[in-house]
Amino acid sequence: MDILRFITAGSVDDGKSTLIGRLLYDSKSILADHLEAIEKSTKNKENGEIDLALLTDGLRAEREQGITIDVAYRYFSTDKRKFIIADAPGHVQYTRNMITGASNVDLAIVLIDARHGVVEQTRRHSIISSLLGIPHVVVAINKIDLVNYSEDVYDNIVIEYSKLAKQLGIENVTYIPLSALNGDNIVDRSLKTPWYEGKALLEFLEGIEIKDAVNLTDTRFQVQYVIRPQTEALHDYRGYAGKITSGIYKKGDKVKVLPAGIETTIDKIEIAGVEVEEAFAPQSVTLLLIEDIDISRGDSIVKTTEDIAATNEADVLFCWMGDKPLQNGNKYLLQHNNRRVRAVIKNLEYKIDVNSLEHIEDVQQVKLNEIVKASIKTAAPIVFDPYKKNRSNGAAILIDETSNATVAAVLFQ
Amino acid sequence: MSKHTLNYLEQLEAESIHIFREVAAQFERPALLFSGGKDSITLVQLAKKAFAPGKIPFPLVHIDTGHNFPEALEYRDRFAAEMGATLIVRNVADTIKQKNLTEPKGKFASRNWLQTYTLLDTIEEFGFDACIGGARRDEEKARAKERIFSVRDEFGQWDPKLQRPELWNIFNGKINKGENVRVFPISNWTELDVWNYIRSENIPLPSIYFSHEREVIEFEGQLIAVSPFIRIDESDVIVKKQVRYRTVGDMTCTAAVESLAVTLEEVVSEIMITRISERGETRIDDKVTEAAMEDRKKGGYF
Repeated sequence: MDILRFITAGSVDDGKSTLIGRLLYDSKSILADHLEAIEKSTKNKENGEIDLALLTDGLRAEREQGITIDVAYRYFSTDKRKFIIADAPGHVQYTRNMITGASNVDLAIVLIDARHGVVEQTRRHSIISSLLGIPHVVVAINKIDLVNYSEDVYDNIVIEYSKLAKQLGIENVTYIPLSALNGDNIVDRSLKTPWYEGKALLEFLEGIEIKDAVNLTDTRFQVQYVIRPQTEALHDYRGYAGKITSGIYKKGDKVKVLPAGIETTIDKIEIAGVEVEEAFAPQSVTLLLIEDIDISRGDSIVKTTEDIAATNEADVLFCWMGDKPLQNGNKYLLQHNNRRVRAVIKNLEYKIDVNSLEHIEDVQQVKLNEIVKASIKTAAPIVFDPYKKNRSNGAAILIDETSNATVAAVLFQ
Repeated sequence: MSKHTLNYLEQLEAESIHIFREVAAQFERPALLFSGGKDSITLVQLAKKAFAPGKIPFPLVHIDTGHNFPEALEYRDRFAAEMGATLIVRNVADTIKQKNLTEPKGKFASRNWLQTYTLLDTIEEFGFDACIGGARRDEEKARAKERIFSVRDEFGQWDPKLQRPELWNIFNGKINKGENVRVFPISNWTELDVWNYIRSENIPLPSIYFSHEREVIEFEGQLIAVSPFIRIDESDVIVKKQVRYRTVGDMTCTAAVESLAVTLEEVVSEIMITRISERGETRIDDKVTEAAMEDRKKGGYF
């Protein structure tokens, strides 16, 4: 059994919370006492039915306002899979929280209200899904009951969204007509949509194989922590602990340490203190090397055959997440996995209009939630891949050293 | 399937080990909050793996309310000794005395909320900049919203509307002096994941997790152990039942479950078919208001 992580994006009006509530309810993942609490809350409202949306909003402010402010994580499992849902806000004001939820998932469910078709939010969520390279998108055409289960409405939305997907370069898209409120096409195929030949949503989620979810081709490893027990028995033990970012490492592999460029050989690979012959992403391991080399946190260890170098400059796309606008020329701390270096953003090339996808040139100021193409210069070299090639080694964050806030999500180009 | 895939427990374990190492690398004085309950026992197992063959590079800290199950305390001391770990215990009773706090009153007078005072004092006493806890997001709706690295201000307070973005597997643990970070390495585990992990790793647990005979009273449908910490009224009927505990909290606010399960296998089978959540079945302190946990977290609680 494996884990599928997915995000649901949309506003309350799209029925996102109802959809999640429905998935949890129909997969029997809602426990009796939680249900009782919801029934109690529902009774304070006007209509008598259980409001499945109440299952998902966790904070007092969210319940008061009926909106999702921050991402909440939900868990359920079936016989086939364990699922982690990042239940993300759809409101433009909380885009940074949506990106938090979207950065770790294998699949995105984009909700569309069948009555309204593709709207501004659909575009924004799809742009974010495409920027973050989410491997698969499910377009859930919800409230199909409110358009009399019309195949025409469904077809038109498929045509409309396909254009958007093509424009954004989203390759794997699945369309499912459903009604979260009534449970149509959620767990079982609905009799009311005989024209739909695909799977019900849950069946689809249980079965989908996510291609390229983990990159096993390029060997990338960053030292996270150096284990040196310094006991008598383990006097000379020096293990480089970290998570394999991508690829497969074997005992005896010839490797180079970057940015220094020193070559050596893997002496041993350990997982939790136990020696193994090989290890692969995303395992947390400890590498022991044959030579004693000066290596510290943030250094990369890759196979000598890899064509990757350490550089001080990179083209990036970034999403600004700071409450204060970006100060041109200010230095920030760039954290690329475990490596922190000072960095400055240069050459603001263009902003992406998240509704029209147009490039707006002549960027004067960068504010919260804006997505910008620029270049970045770092005080020490970094070893990265383009995000499109290797998601787990192609991203970084920017930290404002005066407030310690995380102020940008950075994607290397 | 290729052989280069991990099952869900291996994935969760790898993620948690990564978080532990990140704490050790980013902070100067971390601590692991240890209660002798199954979640904190799982944390220690993961920490052991993260730093093997070295020792866990931080102390275990227990905030003792004085209302604990004796079995859990006995386990705590033995476990820490076997691990060769440093164990720091601070008592809520001392805080109450020193700060002249008011003891809560009532039938199940719980010191749960007062723990926060002792915890914040302990953080200050040792200068801890990161406290690792075993909270899981599936437990409760406020926890479902919390980041893995949860930044708290000087007063230990959580501001749910101003959480730092937490992107990919990149953790920003930078803080100012006086602030601290609460870190939750098993955020993405569910109760059943924890049990399955304990079973697959064969980790010994305190005896109260398994069926045993105990004197209890029934209160609003829940079974509360007879102890010096609760008030027994004339209307209470004391009965002996075969019970086990699903969580280990204070004797004042943790309810038992009727059960004959004596092995891990049997306990896990029972958890798999239960229709009631862990907190709903066993914690009587969460039921006060719908936002009880959110309020406590804002006040510096875990």
